[in-house]
Amino acid sequence: MNLRSPLGRVLGLGSAKDGAARWSAERASSVALVPLTLWLLVALLRLPSLDYATLRAFVAAPVHGLLLVLLIAVSAHHSDLGTTVIVEDYVHEKGWKLLLLLALRFAYVLIAGAAILAVLRIDLGSAMP
Amino acid sequence: MTSQARSRPLSPHLGIYRWQIGNSLSILHRFTGVALALGLPALAYLMIALAGGQGAYDEALHRCASPVGRLFIAGWTFSFFYHLFNGVRHLAWDVGLGFERRARYASGWAALLGALACSLALWGWMWLAARA
Repeated sequence: MNLRSPLGRVLGLGSAKDGAARWSAERASSVALVPLTLWLLVALLRLPSLDYATLRAFVAAPVHGLLLVLLIAVSAHHSDLGTTVIVEDYVHEKGWKLLLLLALRFAYVLIAGAAILAVLRIDLGSAMP
Repeated sequence: MTSQARSRPLSPHLGIYRWQIGNSLSILHRFTGVALALGLPALAYLMIALAGGQGAYDEALHRCASPVGRLFIAGWTFSFFYHLFNGVRHLAWDVGLGFERRARYASGWAALLGALACSLALWGWMWLAARA
């Protein structure tokens, strides 16, 4: 999927780097996050309580596990795209910019990985006989 | 060709930019986006605690119910609703809708006031649920 117009590309308009691809990835992930976040909010509000057994059973349902994994992965990706733009806007020194972007990317992968592993532990654990 | 590339518009420098609803809401979009990104570790912590067992989860729930925890949750709910509504506004612009001055102002106020209204409704709901 390429959202750049042929004329714009020929005229040399737009990003000289990979901005166009990241711009559309940010939009695509935001579209996915609308139903995912609203689902989680409504589902949590509809739970009779937020105690351990109730929430554990909620996450253990396979569809809920899948949606949670997607929500965590897509929101981490979307956050990474967003904070990358902010860093690029305000941090101009090349070394600091690279270091900060790398640290943020590592943090997002670590946090999302840990959260997804936790969801999988609940979901796979509940499938055992 | 290069002269055309050079004459492309630049965004105005912050120091000479007149504050108005448009740029205030734009900055709030960034601000709430950063707040939500900072919520990711909290979500991960909750999931890890839930996977860790009853004791770990009860401790996490206790932290959520503390005054500081409530303050953070309040901030995250407003950030969520505002970033959601203003994000939909941005998506509409991306397909070319709502660029007219009146539509821009109306949708901006709708995003801000809608986020405040939804946040208040959710906080009211949680307050009632906590009392029940």
